[in-house]
Amino acid sequence: MKAKIYITLKNGVLDPQGKAIEGALGHLGFSGINEVRQGKFIEVELKESDKKKAEAKIEDMCKQLLANTVIENYSFELAS
Amino acid sequence: MKSAVIVFPGSNCDRDIKVALEGCGSEVAMVWHGDKKLPDVDLVVVPGGFSYGDYLRSGAMAAHSPIMNEVKKFGEKGGYILGICNGFQILTEAHILPGTLMRNKNLKFICKDVYLKPENTDTAFTSGYKDKKAIRIPIAHHDGNFFASEKEIKELEKNKQIAFRYCTKSGSINDKSNPNGSMNNIAGIFNKEKNILGLMPHPERLWEKAVGGEDGKAMFESLIANFG
Repeated sequence: MKAKIYITLKNGVLDPQGKAIEGALGHLGFSGINEVRQGKFIEVELKESDKKKAEAKIEDMCKQLLANTVIENYSFELAS
Repeated sequence: MKSAVIVFPGSNCDRDIKVALEGCGSEVAMVWHGDKKLPDVDLVVVPGGFSYGDYLRSGAMAAHSPIMNEVKKFGEKGGYILGICNGFQILTEAHILPGTLMRNKNLKFICKDVYLKPENTDTAFTSGYKDKKAIRIPIAHHDGNFFASEKEIKELEKNKQIAFRYCTKSGSINDKSNPNGSMNNIAGIFNKEKNILGLMPHPERLWEKAVGGEDGKAMFESLIANFG
């Protein structure tokens, strides 16, 4: 089973990298951009075949290491 | 005083802090991050550097090294812990100190001397800075932008947990003297009990005249005066 994990900055947390990307897109001539926020994408291949157990495991991984919950949110989807 | 310096793969200020502590009169033991036991010491230093190449987030991997469980327990029992730069990042990632260190506001690695205002000199780390308006200490980091929730910031301020703020040479605290975008110009914080200090600047890099300044020395002398 494969987990696709998305880590994003919480609302209200300043994202200077997102701002820089926004600026660069503007320089390239892309208009009409309200805001750019950047984050991380992580794939984890699991041996677990039980969906419930896999979800609990990924949840734990996110809390303990993959995301810093002071500033980041996480979400994930599982695919077999 | 007896000190232990934790060495992670990618630490690069571990020897500097050893030399500074020894120079000020402490015995120093180097402890590998994979060890599961701390020697009998008064102070544990989590040094600066780039543990695990800053992978994922600065300090995230090192925070889960085997020795960090022991460091956490040591702090909970009242043991003194000093985290410098990457060491500060590791302490926040290990939830030993609150908040986190984000990418610098200007996105650049900043390496220069800055001025710090000691905000609480009633601690074992900072008693040597009594009546000092500003001290000169270098910073060298990419992720030093201190962030915490509004509630946490209020708690830090209320409990006198702010150790140092970035200031001008004359000691005024403003946006201009804030190199990295840190909330409230915060450069270093204590835990509530004041036995743990984390700071982004490097006191071990300016501790004797031969290296260009000695404003960092008072921190080590304060600790040594506290422990004898």
